[in-house]
Amino acid sequence: MSRRVVVNPIACEAHGMCAELLPERIALDDWGYPIVDGRPLSAEMIEHARRAAEACPTFALLIQADGTPIRASSGASQPAPPTVRNVRRRPEPVIRRQTRSDLRR
Amino acid sequence: MSATMTATLPRLLLGIDSERALSLEDHLAVHGPMPVLDAGTRRRFGRHGNPGGALVQEIERAGLRGRGGASFPTASKMRAVMAAAGKPIVVVNATEGEPASVKDRLLLQSLPHLVLDGAVLAAKAIGAEEAIVCVCETNADLHSVQRAIGERRCLREGVQLQFSVVPNGYISGQESALVHHLNGGPALPTFAPPMPFQRGVQGRPTLVSNAETLAHMAIIARQGAEWYRQLGTPTQPGSALVTLSGPIAHPGVYEIEHGASISSLIDAAGGLSATVRAVLIGGYAGTWIDARAMHGVALSDEHLAPFGASVGTGVIALLSAEACPVAETARLMRWLADQSAGQCGPCVNGLHAIASTFAQVATGSAGAGAAQNLARLISLTRGRGACRHPDGAVRLVQSAAQVFGEELANHAAHGSCAACGRHAEMPLPAWSNDAREDRTRRTRGLARSSSKLRVGARA
Repeated sequence: MSRRVVVNPIACEAHGMCAELLPERIALDDWGYPIVDGRPLSAEMIEHARRAAEACPTFALLIQADGTPIRASSGASQPAPPTVRNVRRRPEPVIRRQTRSDLRR
Repeated sequence: MSATMTATLPRLLLGIDSERALSLEDHLAVHGPMPVLDAGTRRRFGRHGNPGGALVQEIERAGLRGRGGASFPTASKMRAVMAAAGKPIVVVNATEGEPASVKDRLLLQSLPHLVLDGAVLAAKAIGAEEAIVCVCETNADLHSVQRAIGERRCLREGVQLQFSVVPNGYISGQESALVHHLNGGPALPTFAPPMPFQRGVQGRPTLVSNAETLAHMAIIARQGAEWYRQLGTPTQPGSALVTLSGPIAHPGVYEIEHGASISSLIDAAGGLSATVRAVLIGGYAGTWIDARAMHGVALSDEHLAPFGASVGTGVIALLSAEACPVAETARLMRWLADQSAGQCGPCVNGLHAIASTFAQVATGSAGAGAAQNLARLISLTRGRGACRHPDGAVRLVQSAAQVFGEELANHAAHGSCAACGRHAEMPLPAWSNDAREDRTRRTRGLARSSSKLRVGARA
Protein backbone atom coordinates (compact mmCIF):
# COMPACT_ATOMS: atom_id res chain seq x y z
CA MET A 1 0.00 0.00 0.00
CA SER A 2 1.38 3.36 -0.95
CA ARG A 3 1.38 6.24 1.47
CA ARG A 4 1.79 9.94 1.00
CA VAL A 5 2.11 12.98 3.20
CA VAL A 6 -0.73 15.45 3.51
CA VAL A 7 -0.79 18.72 5.38
CA ASN A 8 -3.78 20.05 7.26
CA PRO A 9 -3.46 23.71 6.23
CA ILE A 10 -5.75 24.88 9.03
CA ALA A 11 -3.63 23.30 11.77
CA CYS A 12 -0.29 24.26 10.19
CA GLU A 13 1.50 27.21 11.80
CA ALA A 14 4.62 27.19 9.64
CA HIS A 15 7.08 25.83 12.18
CA GLY A 16 8.92 24.25 9.26
CA MET A 17 10.07 21.08 11.05
CA CYS A 18 8.64 18.88 8.30
CA ALA A 19 10.79 20.45 5.58
CA GLU A 20 13.91 19.79 7.70
CA LEU A 21 13.00 16.17 8.33
CA LEU A 22 11.49 15.24 4.98
CA PRO A 23 13.07 17.47 2.31
CA GLU A 24 12.39 14.76 -0.29
CA ARG A 25 8.69 15.61 -0.19
CA ILE A 26 8.34 18.96 1.55
CA ALA A 27 9.61 22.41 0.61
CA LEU A 28 8.69 25.72 2.21
CA ASP A 29 7.00 28.61 0.46
CA ASP A 30 7.79 32.33 0.82
CA TRP A 31 6.06 32.43 4.18
CA GLY A 32 7.40 29.20 5.62
CA TYR A 33 4.36 27.04 4.94
CA PRO A 34 5.00 23.56 3.54
CA ILE A 35 4.56 22.81 -0.16
CA VAL A 36 3.86 19.11 -0.15
CA ASP A 37 4.77 16.78 -2.98
CA GLY A 38 1.87 14.33 -3.07
CA ARG A 39 3.73 11.46 -4.77
CA PRO A 40 3.75 8.15 -2.89
CA LEU A 41 6.48 7.75 -0.27
CA SER A 42 9.18 5.21 -0.98
CA ALA A 43 9.79 2.50 1.64
CA GLU A 44 12.89 4.21 3.05
CA MET A 45 11.10 7.55 3.28
CA ILE A 46 8.24 6.29 5.44
CA GLU A 47 10.26 6.31 8.65
CA HIS A 48 11.41 9.88 7.96
CA ALA A 49 7.86 10.91 7.17
CA ARG A 50 6.66 9.41 10.43
CA ARG A 51 9.34 11.29 12.33
CA ALA A 52 8.37 14.51 10.57
CA ALA A 53 4.72 13.97 11.43
CA GLU A 54 5.57 13.34 15.06
CA ALA A 55 7.83 16.38 15.21
CA CYS A 56 5.14 18.76 13.97
CA PRO A 57 4.18 20.92 16.97
CA THR A 58 0.60 21.29 15.72
CA PHE A 59 0.20 17.74 14.35
CA ALA A 60 -0.65 19.24 10.97
CA LEU A 61 1.37 16.72 8.97
CA LEU A 62 -0.52 13.52 8.25
CA ILE A 63 0.49 10.32 6.54
CA GLN A 64 -2.34 9.17 4.35
CA ALA A 65 -2.80 5.56 3.35
CA ASP A 66 -3.78 5.05 -0.27
CA GLY A 67 -7.42 5.42 -1.20
CA THR A 68 -8.62 7.31 1.83
CA PRO A 69 -10.49 10.44 0.91
CA ILE A 70 -8.83 13.65 1.93
CA ARG A 71 -10.80 16.16 -0.08
CA ALA A 72 -12.65 16.29 -3.35
CA SER A 73 -10.03 17.85 -5.58
CA SER A 74 -8.35 21.15 -6.05
CA GLY A 75 -8.27 23.44 -9.03
CA ALA A 76 -10.93 23.96 -11.62
CA SER A 77 -11.36 20.30 -12.48
CA GLN A 78 -14.51 18.46 -11.55
CA PRO A 79 -14.29 16.65 -8.20
CA ALA A 80 -14.51 12.89 -8.60
CA PRO A 81 -17.75 11.45 -7.27
CA PRO A 82 -16.97 9.60 -4.06
CA THR A 83 -17.42 5.88 -4.37
CA VAL A 84 -19.36 3.98 -1.78
CA ARG A 85 -16.29 2.02 -0.81
CA ASN A 86 -14.32 5.19 -0.17
CA VAL A 87 -17.01 6.58 2.01
CA ARG A 88 -17.22 3.60 4.30
CA ARG A 89 -13.55 3.05 4.83
CA ARG A 90 -12.12 5.15 7.61
CA PRO A 91 -8.69 6.69 7.11
CA GLU A 92 -6.10 4.35 8.50
CA PRO A 93 -4.51 6.01 11.53
CA VAL A 94 -0.82 5.72 10.89
CA ILE A 95 -0.02 8.04 13.72
CA ARG A 96 -2.37 8.77 16.52
CA ARG A 97 -3.48 12.35 16.16
CA GLN A 98 -2.80 13.87 19.52
CA THR A 99 -4.60 16.98 20.63
CA ARG A 100 -3.35 19.73 22.83
CA SER A 101 -5.40 18.39 25.72
CA ASP A 102 -3.50 15.09 25.44
CA LEU A 103 -0.28 16.95 25.99
CA ARG A 104 -1.52 18.78 29.02
CA ARG A 105 -2.62 15.55 30.66
CA MET B 1 -49.20 15.33 -16.42
CA SER B 2 -45.67 15.21 -17.71
CA ALA B 3 -46.84 14.45 -21.23
CA THR B 4 -48.92 17.58 -21.45
CA MET B 5 -46.18 19.90 -20.23
CA THR B 6 -44.10 21.41 -22.97
CA ALA B 7 -40.47 22.36 -22.77
CA THR B 8 -40.82 26.04 -22.10
CA LEU B 9 -39.50 28.53 -19.63
CA PRO B 10 -40.08 29.51 -16.92
CA ARG B 11 -39.89 26.34 -14.91
CA LEU B 12 -38.73 27.38 -11.47
CA LEU B 13 -40.10 30.90 -11.78
CA LEU B 14 -43.50 29.65 -12.98
CA GLY B 15 -46.30 31.58 -11.29
CA ILE B 16 -43.92 33.93 -9.46
CA ASP B 17 -45.53 36.99 -7.90
CA SER B 18 -43.21 39.91 -7.35
CA GLU B 19 -45.46 41.31 -4.60
CA ARG B 20 -45.70 38.33 -2.26
CA ALA B 21 -44.56 34.78 -1.59
CA LEU B 22 -46.57 32.00 -3.20
CA SER B 23 -48.72 30.32 -0.54
CA LEU B 24 -48.79 26.55 -0.22
CA GLU B 25 -52.15 26.43 -1.93
CA ASP B 26 -51.03 28.60 -4.85
CA HIS B 27 -47.77 26.72 -5.13
CA LEU B 28 -49.54 23.34 -5.36
CA ALA B 29 -51.94 24.81 -7.92
CA VAL B 30 -49.00 25.87 -10.10
CA HIS B 31 -46.78 22.80 -9.79
CA GLY B 32 -49.23 20.06 -8.81
CA PRO B 33 -49.27 17.96 -5.65
CA MET B 34 -46.14 16.64 -3.94
CA PRO B 35 -45.07 13.45 -5.68
CA VAL B 36 -45.28 10.38 -3.46
CA LEU B 37 -42.19 8.24 -2.97
CA ASP B 38 -44.10 5.20 -1.89
CA ALA B 39 -44.86 1.57 -2.61
CA GLY B 40 -45.67 2.38 -6.22
CA THR B 41 -42.13 3.43 -6.93
CA ARG B 42 -40.84 0.63 -4.73
CA ARG B 43 -42.56 -1.87 -6.99
CA ARG B 44 -40.72 -0.41 -9.98
CA PHE B 45 -37.36 -0.12 -8.26
CA GLY B 46 -37.75 -2.92 -5.72
CA ARG B 47 -34.11 -3.91 -5.58
CA HIS B 48 -33.18 -0.61 -3.96
CA GLY B 49 -35.29 -1.38 -0.93
CA ASN B 50 -35.52 2.35 -0.31
CA PRO B 51 -38.33 4.21 -2.07
CA GLY B 52 -36.02 7.21 -2.29
CA GLY B 53 -33.72 5.25 -4.58
CA ALA B 54 -36.15 5.94 -7.41
CA LEU B 55 -35.86 9.69 -6.94
CA VAL B 56 -32.07 9.53 -6.81
CA GLN B 57 -32.12 7.55 -10.06
CA GLU B 58 -34.44 10.08 -11.65
CA ILE B 59 -32.15 12.92 -10.55
CA GLU B 60 -29.17 11.09 -11.96
CA ARG B 61 -30.96 10.60 -15.28
CA ALA B 62 -31.92 14.27 -15.28
CA GLY B 63 -28.21 15.11 -14.87
CA LEU B 64 -28.84 17.59 -12.08
CA ARG B 65 -25.72 19.28 -10.74
CA GLY B 66 -25.32 21.51 -7.70
CA ARG B 67 -26.06 25.20 -8.26
CA GLY B 68 -23.96 26.58 -5.43
CA GLY B 69 -20.90 26.99 -7.64
CA ALA B 70 -19.08 23.66 -7.60
CA SER B 71 -21.50 21.94 -10.00
CA PHE B 72 -21.15 18.56 -8.28
CA PRO B 73 -23.56 15.81 -9.49
CA THR B 74 -26.44 15.87 -7.00
CA ALA B 75 -27.28 12.16 -7.28
CA SER B 76 -23.69 11.18 -6.41
CA LYS B 77 -23.83 13.39 -3.35
CA MET B 78 -27.12 11.84 -2.25
CA ARG B 79 -25.75 8.33 -2.74
CA ALA B 80 -22.67 9.16 -0.70
CA VAL B 81 -24.87 10.38 2.16
CA MET B 82 -27.05 7.26 1.91
CA ALA B 83 -23.99 5.01 2.02
CA ALA B 84 -22.59 6.60 5.18
CA ALA B 85 -23.50 5.20 8.57
CA GLY B 86 -26.05 7.02 10.72
CA LYS B 87 -29.33 8.92 10.38
CA PRO B 88 -28.82 11.54 7.67
CA ILE B 89 -29.86 15.18 7.77
CA VAL B 90 -30.47 17.76 5.03
CA VAL B 91 -29.07 21.30 5.02
CA VAL B 92 -30.58 23.79 2.57
CA ASN B 93 -27.80 26.19 1.66
CA ALA B 94 -29.33 29.57 0.90
CA THR B 95 -26.54 31.62 2.51
CA GLU B 96 -25.58 33.09 -0.88
CA GLY B 97 -22.35 34.79 0.15
CA GLU B 98 -21.77 35.80 -3.47
CA PRO B 99 -22.35 39.58 -3.47
CA ALA B 100 -23.62 39.77 -7.06
CA SER B 101 -26.06 36.87 -6.74
CA VAL B 102 -29.64 37.18 -5.46
CA LYS B 103 -31.20 34.04 -6.93
CA ASP B 104 -31.42 32.09 -3.66
CA ARG B 105 -32.88 35.09 -1.88
CA LEU B 106 -35.48 35.43 -4.64
CA LEU B 107 -36.40 31.73 -4.37
CA LEU B 108 -36.90 31.90 -0.61
CA GLN B 109 -38.66 35.23 -0.77
CA SER B 110 -41.10 34.44 -3.54
CA LEU B 111 -41.17 30.66 -4.02
CA PRO B 112 -40.32 29.20 -0.59
CA HIS B 113 -42.43 26.09 -1.09
CA LEU B 114 -40.54 25.04 -4.21
CA VAL B 115 -37.32 24.97 -2.16
CA LEU B 116 -39.03 23.28 0.79
CA ASP B 117 -40.55 20.67 -1.58
CA GLY B 118 -37.03 19.85 -2.70
CA ALA B 119 -35.76 19.72 0.88
CA VAL B 120 -38.56 17.36 1.94
CA LEU B 121 -38.12 15.15 -1.13
CA ALA B 122 -34.34 15.00 -0.68
CA ALA B 123 -34.80 14.16 3.01
CA LYS B 124 -37.24 11.36 2.23
CA ALA B 125 -35.05 10.02 -0.55
CA ILE B 126 -32.00 9.70 1.69
CA GLY B 127 -33.96 8.64 4.77
CA ALA B 128 -33.62 11.89 6.75
CA GLU B 129 -36.27 13.29 9.06
CA GLU B 130 -34.83 16.78 9.49
CA ALA B 131 -33.93 19.60 7.14
CA ILE B 132 -32.38 22.92 8.14
CA VAL B 133 -32.82 25.99 5.91
CA CYS B 134 -29.77 28.25 6.29
CA VAL B 135 -29.77 31.90 5.28
CA CYS B 136 -27.19 34.61 5.97
CA GLU B 137 -27.77 37.46 8.44
CA THR B 138 -28.63 39.90 5.65
CA ASN B 139 -31.51 37.66 4.61
CA ALA B 140 -32.63 36.87 8.15
CA ASP B 141 -35.70 39.01 7.47
CA LEU B 142 -37.10 36.36 5.12
CA HIS B 143 -40.29 35.74 7.05
CA SER B 144 -41.67 34.06 3.94
CA VAL B 145 -39.61 30.97 4.81
CA GLN B 146 -40.80 30.73 8.40
CA ARG B 147 -44.38 31.28 7.24
CA ALA B 148 -43.97 28.58 4.59
CA ILE B 149 -42.54 26.15 7.15
CA GLY B 150 -45.58 26.85 9.32
CA GLU B 151 -47.97 26.30 6.42
CA ARG B 152 -46.51 22.87 5.76
CA ARG B 153 -47.08 21.56 9.28
CA CYS B 154 -50.60 20.44 8.27
CA LEU B 155 -49.12 18.24 5.54
CA ARG B 156 -47.53 15.92 8.15
CA GLU B 157 -44.71 15.07 5.79
CA GLY B 158 -42.56 13.37 8.37
CA VAL B 159 -39.69 15.81 7.81
CA GLN B 160 -39.04 18.42 10.45
CA LEU B 161 -38.10 21.77 8.88
CA GLN B 162 -35.95 24.28 10.73
CA PHE B 163 -34.60 27.72 9.98
CA SER B 164 -31.10 28.87 10.85
CA VAL B 165 -29.28 32.19 10.40
CA VAL B 166 -25.60 32.03 9.49
CA PRO B 167 -23.16 34.95 9.97
CA ASN B 168 -22.46 36.99 6.82
CA GLY B 169 -19.32 36.12 4.96
CA TYR B 170 -18.13 35.01 1.56
CA ILE B 171 -16.96 31.63 2.85
CA SER B 172 -19.61 31.03 5.52
CA GLY B 173 -21.75 29.25 2.91
CA GLN B 174 -18.95 26.81 2.14
CA GLU B 175 -20.21 23.31 2.89
CA SER B 176 -17.97 22.48 5.84
CA ALA B 177 -18.23 26.03 7.24
CA LEU B 178 -22.00 25.68 7.30
CA VAL B 179 -21.75 22.34 9.10
CA HIS B 180 -19.21 23.81 11.52
CA HIS B 181 -21.60 26.64 12.30
CA LEU B 182 -24.61 24.33 12.78
CA ASN B 183 -22.50 22.28 15.19
CA GLY B 184 -21.93 25.36 17.32
CA GLY B 185 -18.56 26.46 15.92
CA PRO B 186 -17.65 29.51 13.88
CA ALA B 187 -18.85 29.56 10.25
CA LEU B 188 -15.39 28.71 8.91
CA PRO B 189 -14.34 25.77 6.74
CA THR B 190 -12.86 22.68 8.36
CA PHE B 191 -10.22 20.25 7.16
CA ALA B 192 -11.55 17.21 5.30
CA PRO B 193 -11.87 14.30 6.04
CA PRO B 194 -14.41 13.87 7.36
CA MET B 195 -16.49 15.37 4.57
CA PRO B 196 -20.00 16.58 5.53
CA PHE B 197 -21.55 13.57 3.77
CA GLN B 198 -19.57 11.30 6.10
CA ARG B 199 -19.86 13.18 9.37
CA GLY B 200 -21.61 16.52 9.35
CA VAL B 201 -24.28 18.16 11.48
CA GLN B 202 -24.45 16.41 14.88
CA GLY B 203 -21.98 13.89 13.50
CA ARG B 204 -24.58 12.60 11.06
CA PRO B 205 -24.19 12.12 7.30
CA THR B 206 -25.25 15.50 5.94
CA LEU B 207 -26.59 16.45 2.52
CA VAL B 208 -25.75 20.12 1.98
CA SER B 209 -27.61 21.35 -1.09
CA ASN B 210 -28.04 24.77 -2.61
CA ALA B 211 -31.59 26.18 -2.54
CA GLU B 212 -31.82 26.30 -6.34
CA THR B 213 -30.64 22.69 -6.65
CA LEU B 214 -33.48 21.60 -4.37
CA ALA B 215 -35.99 23.66 -6.36
CA HIS B 216 -34.89 21.78 -9.49
CA MET B 217 -35.26 18.54 -7.57
CA ALA B 218 -38.85 19.45 -6.77
CA ILE B 219 -39.76 19.80 -10.44
CA ILE B 220 -37.75 16.75 -11.55
CA ALA B 221 -39.63 14.64 -8.99
CA ARG B 222 -42.90 15.86 -10.49
CA GLN B 223 -42.16 15.90 -14.20
CA GLY B 224 -39.45 13.29 -14.61
CA ALA B 225 -35.96 13.28 -16.07
CA GLU B 226 -37.00 13.14 -19.71
CA TRP B 227 -39.09 16.25 -19.43
CA TYR B 228 -36.26 17.97 -17.57
CA ARG B 229 -33.78 17.16 -20.33
CA GLN B 230 -35.94 18.81 -23.00
CA LEU B 231 -34.20 22.05 -22.14
CA GLY B 232 -30.50 22.68 -21.87
CA THR B 233 -27.55 20.85 -23.40
CA PRO B 234 -26.94 17.09 -23.27
CA THR B 235 -24.11 17.53 -20.76
CA GLN B 236 -25.89 20.21 -18.74
CA PRO B 237 -29.63 19.69 -18.98
CA GLY B 238 -32.37 21.93 -17.72
CA SER B 239 -32.61 25.56 -16.81
CA ALA B 240 -30.67 27.80 -14.43
CA LEU B 241 -31.25 30.95 -12.46
CA VAL B 242 -28.77 33.69 -13.25
CA THR B 243 -28.31 37.13 -11.72
CA LEU B 244 -27.65 39.74 -14.40
CA SER B 245 -26.17 43.06 -13.30
CA GLY B 246 -24.39 46.06 -14.81
CA PRO B 247 -25.35 48.59 -17.51
CA ILE B 248 -28.55 46.89 -18.57
CA ALA B 249 -32.18 48.07 -18.79
CA HIS B 250 -33.61 45.50 -16.36
CA PRO B 251 -30.99 43.87 -14.12
CA GLY B 252 -32.16 41.00 -11.94
CA VAL B 253 -32.71 37.25 -11.76
CA TYR B 254 -33.55 35.42 -14.98
CA GLU B 255 -34.25 31.79 -15.67
CA ILE B 256 -32.34 30.64 -18.74
CA GLU B 257 -31.92 27.39 -20.59
CA HIS B 258 -28.38 26.04 -20.27
CA GLY B 259 -26.65 26.87 -23.53
CA ALA B 260 -28.60 30.08 -24.12
CA SER B 261 -26.38 32.87 -25.45
CA ILE B 262 -25.42 35.90 -23.40
CA SER B 263 -26.86 38.09 -26.18
CA SER B 264 -30.29 36.49 -25.84
CA LEU B 265 -30.17 37.09 -22.09
CA ILE B 266 -29.20 40.72 -22.65
CA ASP B 267 -32.07 41.10 -25.13
CA ALA B 268 -34.50 39.56 -22.64
CA ALA B 269 -33.30 42.09 -20.07
CA GLY B 270 -34.10 45.01 -22.33
CA GLY B 271 -30.69 45.51 -23.90
CA LEU B 272 -27.53 47.28 -22.84
CA SER B 273 -27.69 50.84 -21.56
CA ALA B 274 -23.97 51.51 -22.15
CA THR B 275 -21.03 50.00 -24.00
CA VAL B 276 -19.65 46.98 -22.18
CA ARG B 277 -15.94 46.24 -21.75
CA ALA B 278 -16.18 42.74 -20.23
CA VAL B 279 -18.42 40.39 -18.32
CA LEU B 280 -17.62 38.58 -15.08
CA ILE B 281 -19.08 35.08 -15.14
CA GLY B 282 -19.69 32.65 -12.30
CA GLY B 283 -19.16 34.94 -9.32
CA TYR B 284 -16.59 37.36 -7.93
CA ALA B 285 -14.15 34.47 -7.76
CA GLY B 286 -15.07 33.90 -11.40
CA THR B 287 -13.77 34.65 -14.85
CA TRP B 288 -13.67 37.80 -16.98
CA ILE B 289 -14.68 37.42 -20.61
CA ASP B 290 -13.97 40.15 -23.15
CA ALA B 291 -17.11 41.92 -24.43
CA ARG B 292 -15.89 41.41 -28.00
CA ALA B 293 -16.04 37.63 -27.47
CA MET B 294 -19.04 37.77 -25.16
CA HIS B 295 -21.99 37.87 -27.55
CA GLY B 296 -21.42 34.51 -29.13
CA VAL B 297 -20.82 32.78 -25.81
CA ALA B 298 -23.38 30.21 -24.73
CA LEU B 299 -24.10 29.89 -21.02
CA SER B 300 -23.16 26.31 -20.30
CA ASP B 301 -20.05 24.89 -18.66
CA GLU B 302 -19.11 23.16 -21.90
CA HIS B 303 -19.15 26.38 -23.92
CA LEU B 304 -17.54 28.42 -21.16
CA ALA B 305 -14.71 25.93 -20.58
CA PRO B 306 -12.46 27.39 -23.36
CA PHE B 307 -12.57 30.69 -21.44
CA GLY B 308 -11.73 28.89 -18.19
CA ALA B 309 -15.17 29.85 -16.92
CA SER B 310 -18.25 28.01 -15.67
CA VAL B 311 -21.82 29.04 -14.91
CA GLY B 312 -21.01 28.64 -11.21
CA THR B 313 -23.46 30.53 -9.05
CA GLY B 314 -25.02 32.11 -12.13
CA VAL B 315 -23.52 35.56 -11.71
CA ILE B 316 -23.32 37.52 -14.97
CA ALA B 317 -21.92 40.92 -14.09
CA LEU B 318 -21.40 43.33 -16.97
CA LEU B 319 -18.71 45.98 -16.66
CA SER B 320 -19.20 49.16 -18.67
CA ALA B 321 -16.48 50.49 -20.95
CA GLU B 322 -16.31 53.68 -18.87
CA ALA B 323 -15.08 51.79 -15.82
CA CYS B 324 -11.43 50.87 -15.32
CA PRO B 325 -11.29 47.07 -15.37
CA VAL B 326 -7.90 47.06 -13.63
CA ALA B 327 -9.14 49.14 -10.72
CA GLU B 328 -12.31 47.04 -10.47
CA THR B 329 -10.34 43.79 -10.42
CA ALA B 330 -7.89 45.19 -7.86
CA ARG B 331 -10.81 46.11 -5.64
CA LEU B 332 -12.48 42.70 -5.98
CA MET B 333 -9.19 40.91 -5.37
CA ARG B 334 -8.57 42.92 -2.21
CA TRP B 335 -12.08 42.06 -1.05
CA LEU B 336 -11.58 38.35 -1.77
CA ALA B 337 -8.29 38.42 0.13
CA ASP B 338 -10.10 40.03 3.05
CA GLN B 339 -12.75 37.33 2.85
CA SER B 340 -10.22 34.60 3.60
CA ALA B 341 -11.29 32.69 6.69
CA GLY B 342 -7.81 33.42 8.03
CA GLN B 343 -7.16 29.79 8.81
CA CYS B 344 -4.66 28.58 6.20
CA GLY B 345 -1.29 30.27 5.87
CA PRO B 346 -0.99 30.04 2.07
CA CYS B 347 -4.44 31.62 1.63
CA VAL B 348 -3.88 34.44 4.15
CA ASN B 349 -0.40 35.31 2.88
CA GLY B 350 -0.85 34.37 -0.77
CA LEU B 351 -4.09 36.23 -1.44
CA HIS B 352 -2.81 39.26 0.45
CA ALA B 353 0.41 39.28 -1.59
CA ILE B 354 -1.49 38.83 -4.87
CA ALA B 355 -3.92 41.63 -4.00
CA SER B 356 -1.06 43.95 -3.03
CA THR B 357 0.97 43.19 -6.14
CA PHE B 358 -2.08 43.66 -8.36
CA ALA B 359 -2.84 46.97 -6.66
CA GLN B 360 0.77 48.06 -7.27
CA VAL B 361 0.39 47.21 -10.96
CA ALA B 362 -2.83 49.22 -11.03
CA THR B 363 -1.10 52.30 -9.62
CA GLY B 364 2.07 51.83 -11.65
CA SER B 365 4.32 51.30 -8.64
CA ALA B 366 5.03 47.61 -9.16
CA GLY B 367 8.24 47.95 -11.18
CA ALA B 368 9.62 45.41 -13.61
CA GLY B 369 8.93 41.72 -13.17
CA ALA B 370 5.51 42.27 -11.57
CA ALA B 371 3.84 39.90 -14.03
CA GLN B 372 6.29 37.10 -13.24
CA ASN B 373 5.93 37.79 -9.54
CA LEU B 374 2.16 37.62 -9.85
CA ALA B 375 2.33 34.31 -11.73
CA ARG B 376 4.66 32.88 -9.09
CA LEU B 377 2.39 33.99 -6.24
CA ILE B 378 -0.61 32.48 -8.00
CA SER B 379 1.11 29.11 -8.37
CA LEU B 380 2.12 29.30 -4.67
CA THR B 381 -1.44 29.95 -3.55
CA ARG B 382 -3.64 27.80 -5.75
CA GLY B 383 -4.93 24.54 -4.25
CA ARG B 384 -3.27 25.06 -0.87
CA GLY B 385 -6.22 25.98 1.31
CA ALA B 386 -8.57 23.70 3.23
CA CYS B 387 -11.36 25.03 1.01
CA ARG B 388 -11.33 26.27 -2.58
CA HIS B 389 -11.48 29.98 -1.76
CA PRO B 390 -7.86 30.69 -2.81
CA ASP B 391 -8.40 28.80 -6.08
CA GLY B 392 -11.36 30.97 -7.00
CA ALA B 393 -9.66 34.21 -6.06
CA VAL B 394 -6.63 33.52 -8.24
CA ARG B 395 -8.94 32.65 -11.13
CA LEU B 396 -10.22 36.22 -11.10
CA VAL B 397 -6.70 37.66 -11.37
CA GLN B 398 -5.63 35.18 -14.03
CA SER B 399 -8.59 35.96 -16.26
CA ALA B 400 -8.02 39.69 -15.73
CA ALA B 401 -4.44 39.27 -16.93
CA GLN B 402 -5.73 37.59 -20.09
CA VAL B 403 -8.63 39.91 -20.89
CA PHE B 404 -7.19 43.25 -19.72
CA GLY B 405 -3.61 42.74 -20.90
CA GLU B 406 -3.50 46.08 -22.69
CA GLU B 407 -4.96 48.07 -19.77
CA LEU B 408 -2.63 46.30 -17.34
CA ALA B 409 0.40 47.22 -19.43
CA ASN B 410 -0.78 50.85 -19.55
CA HIS B 411 -1.27 50.95 -15.80
CA ALA B 412 2.09 49.34 -15.12
CA ALA B 413 3.80 51.93 -17.33
CA HIS B 414 1.82 55.11 -16.60
CA GLY B 415 0.03 54.49 -13.29
CA SER B 416 -3.64 55.09 -12.58
CA CYS B 417 -5.86 56.05 -15.49
CA ALA B 418 -8.62 58.67 -15.60
CA ALA B 419 -11.30 56.03 -15.06
CA CYS B 420 -9.65 54.62 -11.93
CA GLY B 421 -11.25 57.32 -9.82
CA ARG B 422 -14.79 56.60 -11.03
CA HIS B 423 -17.23 55.11 -8.59
CA ALA B 424 -16.92 51.34 -8.41
CA GLU B 425 -19.36 49.37 -10.55
CA MET B 426 -19.10 45.95 -8.93
CA PRO B 427 -21.10 46.13 -5.71
CA LEU B 428 -19.59 44.92 -2.45
CA PRO B 429 -21.88 44.02 0.43
CA ALA B 430 -22.25 46.51 3.28
CA TRP B 431 -21.40 43.86 5.86
CA SER B 432 -17.86 43.43 4.59
CA ASN B 433 -16.73 46.63 6.33
CA ASP B 434 -17.97 45.50 9.75
CA ALA B 435 -16.35 42.12 9.41
CA ARG B 436 -13.01 43.45 8.25
CA GLU B 437 -11.58 44.47 11.62
CA ASP B 438 -12.56 41.17 13.16
CA ARG B 439 -10.84 39.26 10.37
CA THR B 440 -7.67 41.32 10.60
CA ARG B 441 -7.44 40.40 14.25
CA ARG B 442 -7.92 36.75 13.44
CA THR B 443 -5.41 36.55 10.61
CA ARG B 444 -2.62 38.48 12.31
CA GLY B 445 -1.24 35.33 13.90
CA LEU B 446 -0.82 33.63 10.55
CA ALA B 447 0.80 36.38 8.54
CA ARG B 448 4.47 35.63 8.02
CA SER B 449 7.37 37.66 6.81
CA SER B 450 9.21 36.58 3.69
CA SER B 451 11.46 33.53 3.55
CA LYS B 452 14.60 35.66 3.58
CA LEU B 453 13.85 36.79 7.10
CA ARG B 454 13.05 33.27 8.15
CA VAL B 455 16.35 31.91 6.94
CA GLY B 456 18.13 34.69 8.78
CA ALA B 457 16.28 33.90 11.97
CA ARG B 458 17.07 30.22 11.73
CA ALA B 459 20.75 30.80 11.13
